Amino acid sequence: MNVLAVEQISHTYFTKQAAVTALEHVSLTIEKGEFISFLGPSGCGKTTLLSIIAGLIQPTRGRILVEGKEMNTKQKVIGYMLQQDYLFPWKTIEENVTIGLNIMGINDYAKKEKALALLTEMGLSGVEKQYPYQLSGGMRQRAALVRTLATDPKILLLDEPFSALDYQTKLKLEDLVWKTLKQYNKTALLVTHDIGEAIAMSDRIFIFSAKPGRIVRTINVPETLRTHPPFAARQHVDFSSLFQVIWKELENIEQA
Amino acid sequence: MNKHNSLLQHLHEQYLLSLKKEKRTILFFQCLIFLFFFLLWEVASRHNWIDPLLFSSPSSIWRLLVQKIADHTLFVHVGITLTETVFGFILGTLLGTCLAALLWWFPLLSRILDPYLVVLNAMPKVALGPILIVALGPSFTSIIAMGAIISVIITTIVVYTSFKEVDENYVKVLKTFGATKRQCFTEAILPASFPTIISTLKVNVGLSWVGVIVGEFLVSKQGLGYMIIYGFQVFNFTLVLLSLLIIALLATMMYQLVSVIEKKLLKRS
Ligand SMILES: Nc1ncnc2c1ncn2[C@@H]1O[C@H](COP(=O)(O)OP(=O)(O)OP(=O)(O)O)[C@@H](O)[C@H]1O
Ligand SMILES: [Mg+2]
Repeated sequence: MNVLAVEQISHTYFTKQAAVTALEHVSLTIEKGEFISFLGPSGCGKTTLLSIIAGLIQPTRGRILVEGKEMNTKQKVIGYMLQQDYLFPWKTIEENVTIGLNIMGINDYAKKEKALALLTEMGLSGVEKQYPYQLSGGMRQRAALVRTLATDPKILLLDEPFSALDYQTKLKLEDLVWKTLKQYNKTALLVTHDIGEAIAMSDRIFIFSAKPGRIVRTINVPETLRTHPPFAARQHVDFSSLFQVIWKELENIEQA
Repeated sequence: MNKHNSLLQHLHEQYLLSLKKEKRTILFFQCLIFLFFFLLWEVASRHNWIDPLLFSSPSSIWRLLVQKIADHTLFVHVGITLTETVFGFILGTLLGTCLAALLWWFPLLSRILDPYLVVLNAMPKVALGPILIVALGPSFTSIIAMGAIISVIITTIVVYTSFKEVDENYVKVLKTFGATKRQCFTEAILPASFPTIISTLKVNVGLSWVGVIVGEFLVSKQGLGYMIIYGFQVFNFTLVLLSLLIIALLATMMYQLVSVIEKKLLKRS
């Protein structure tokens, strides 16, 4: 059974000037343990869709099913990592990564230990008592990921998590995140502008068109690439041919 | 390499020395101005360059101070004014912050009240003095109320503005964990606004002194404000100037104290 089903979601923003339709009839399903990417031009409603899935905004039409059920408190099962880390500057890293546990009222000893162990796994041992400004961009992004993973969500939403990082850090983090998610068998949904990143990390890629946002194509990443971690996948022969396919698709969308 | 290092170290020491020297020069001139001012005052008063009846002189202020300390009247007045100011200051800041929280909680309320806040802010609060004194009685309470009321509206406006300016993505992060509105406030909005709240403290110190002194002018019973008014009425300007100097000293001390608290509290962020 699929873990997430997006059914006929449409969303319109109402402002004083106009009514902007950000999404129209978007439907998709995701299996457990799958890694999905959203690719598309700026303003095609990717962030809007993530916010709807996370339950932060109510869609104008359609519904979201998690494991076949409609939920009003999705926060327990869905973890959402925003475009920037948004670590709280007045909290230590330890306080930052356990904030989700505190908010949910489930901050017991075992959960906290697990979160701290996850920090170590992410190569962040010894920074628990430091403040976010003392960390580099890549470290902060990893801490933000730990914060999201600490509450043990079934589905992880990642909104351009690597876009603010330098290339080398980004490649390293891609591998780290990919391995961590596979290890815990998490279902993940990644928004990105980087075609290569989408191919290297995901099992399936949804390509969106803008105004209004729609899914125009779904691409299944071949088995040969899926089984490799992102960095290795980028070196694979099948990588560049798929890159070409997606590149053309995006060109077509822009011209239309 | 070693030679290079020792050269750098030497240069660094020289740099530190020059910093120290500069600091000493500044302090020296500050003291010089202080001494010069009081000396000139004294001399001018003795030679009748300025009217000694009006401008008094440091030596007669000093004599009055010693006398007032000896007969224990000074400490009563200072104690009363200080208590009133501290209470007015704390009350004004707390009340202002609470009001700001209320406005944040009910955005519609804030929009409804907006014009009234503007009017209240523009109005000189000391003009409310007579009404306060009639309403609350010519006492301690109405003077504290003066000290508080003068800072409460501006605190409300400044703190509310900073509440609104907190990056909403911090709230979004909390909401992804299912945070309630209350949790959003205590975990994100309030701590993010701490620097602003602390900086309003500094402004409020000065404002509370104004409120309390004016209040004491009006009530005319006790305190440093009363000493000024009394000195004015009996034409004892030595008393007026003594009170003024004490107020200046105390206000500065309070301001410095708030600065120290600010440094302590903001170290973490
Ligand atoms: N709060 C809002 N109010 C009004 N319109 C909005 C709001 N948020 C987004 N929009 C509009 O909805 C559309 C989709 O926005 P969204 O942020 O979901 O795009 P996106 O695909 O995430 O873009 P990007 O790749 O640049 O992040 C845009 O046209 C945007 O102008
Ligand atoms: Mg976006």
